[in-house]
Amino acid sequence: MTVHTRIIPAVTVFFLLAAWETACRILNVPDFIVPTPTHIVSTGISQAPLLLVHAGTTAGEILLGITLALMIAVPLSVLMFAHPSVEKALAPFLVASQAIPVFALAPLLVVWLGYGIASKVLMAAIIIFFPITVSMLEGFKNCGREYVMLFRLMGAGFWKTMRLLYWPWALPHFFSGLKVGVTVATIGAVIGEWVGAQKGLGYLMIQANARLKVDLVFAAIAWLTIMGLCLWGFVGYLERKVITWK
Amino acid sequence: MLSIAGLSKSFEDLDVLDGFSLDVKRNGFTVLIGPSGCGKSTLFDVLTGIVPKDAGRIDWRGKELPNLSSAAAYMQQKDLLLPWLTLMDNALLPEKIAGRENEKVHTRALKLFDRLGLQGFEGYRPHQVSGGMRQRCALVRTLMFEHELVLLDEPLSALDAITRTSLQALLLMLQKDFNKTLLMITHDVEEALLLADELLILSRAPMRIMQRIVLNHPKPRRISDPQLMEYKEKILSHLQEDMRDGSY
Repeated sequence: MTVHTRIIPAVTVFFLLAAWETACRILNVPDFIVPTPTHIVSTGISQAPLLLVHAGTTAGEILLGITLALMIAVPLSVLMFAHPSVEKALAPFLVASQAIPVFALAPLLVVWLGYGIASKVLMAAIIIFFPITVSMLEGFKNCGREYVMLFRLMGAGFWKTMRLLYWPWALPHFFSGLKVGVTVATIGAVIGEWVGAQKGLGYLMIQANARLKVDLVFAAIAWLTIMGLCLWGFVGYLERKVITWK
Repeated sequence: MLSIAGLSKSFEDLDVLDGFSLDVKRNGFTVLIGPSGCGKSTLFDVLTGIVPKDAGRIDWRGKELPNLSSAAAYMQQKDLLLPWLTLMDNALLPEKIAGRENEKVHTRALKLFDRLGLQGFEGYRPHQVSGGMRQRCALVRTLMFEHELVLLDEPLSALDAITRTSLQALLLMLQKDFNKTLLMITHDVEEALLLADELLILSRAPMRIMQRIVLNHPKPRRISDPQLMEYKEKILSHLQEDMRDGSY
């Protein structure tokens, strides 16, 4: 990443925040409607202990959701690739899992799994597992025919070919899917917390909103954004560490 | 000796091979040359078992085989090196797949690296070295198969002239020093004349042998040799005639 590509987003964000701050001050917008960025930052600092506790809960839900999604998506994509009949059989369910709005699923999951962490983890996992599964499957399928033939000529069976060829070949696709997954993972966890929770940034947002503490809602949103960016950055870092041949 | 008799392969209505027969001498360098789309690569696909044959018989050293996948090493135009592996790991891939990766095999690979001018580059990744080095590494991998018969499908066509010349010398070394039997496809008439002991000019599909030229000239050869130039003219006129007959 060049200096320019690092500076441009930072400058853009700075100018947007400056414009927001100026507009709020000039138009005298009350804090319970739209607080200024400086007010949000000061709330974020003064309420840091509270925000940290709830952010920790949400982060835990997201990380567990990602883990669960990986545990389902990776074997599922391998199974679907190894047995195209399984892919044909499961494809409608996979698409349906994404066609149903997560908002519709959240109340059901809370009823079934309770107000605890499980329903939020599952919500996050449902959102994440689809892009990972589809990306990995596409990665396996995109493997060069000549390479597959070479492995066949070398007498490699399916699992050896999977380990030595298909898997590394699909890794860039896997990371693309994971990047999409982790950025939307917060949505699943927060929706789950909105519907029914006792902890988490989503829960805090609902509570703060009811008390017209909009600055706290914005501070929670800022925390969620930072968490999403950190996850995205971490996956990007892992990708650069793992895929060293590009 | 490799003997192919009555080999046939059709794709829907197109007969690519229709009773094709060929004999390749042991430790010889046989080169197939023919127009694009005549079925040369299909022949190799059938021989290696990538594509099943419709009919015909394949014999290697007096024994009938369904295909040559267990008897021949195959090198293609693309080096097909895995970008995530080092050159050494790429070269050892056949052994790794066969579960035979050990110190002895590693030593043999190192010797081949040394022989093919790749010493010191064992730990490099394919994207860190030149096209010629990648192709030499692919050649090491081909040699690691330890099969006497080597099928070469335009292995040098993607390389620049200088690299190609040095790799042509390596192919001759394979024949002479490693006692390999080589069967190569090429589009390059000059390359065929420089390398072949026996040169087979092929017709358009369904492929058949139009002419067999035995070259007894000592190697390495020079393309400026008047007799080779004469052959070159003859081969080109054969190919052009065939293309005209086929209304190309």
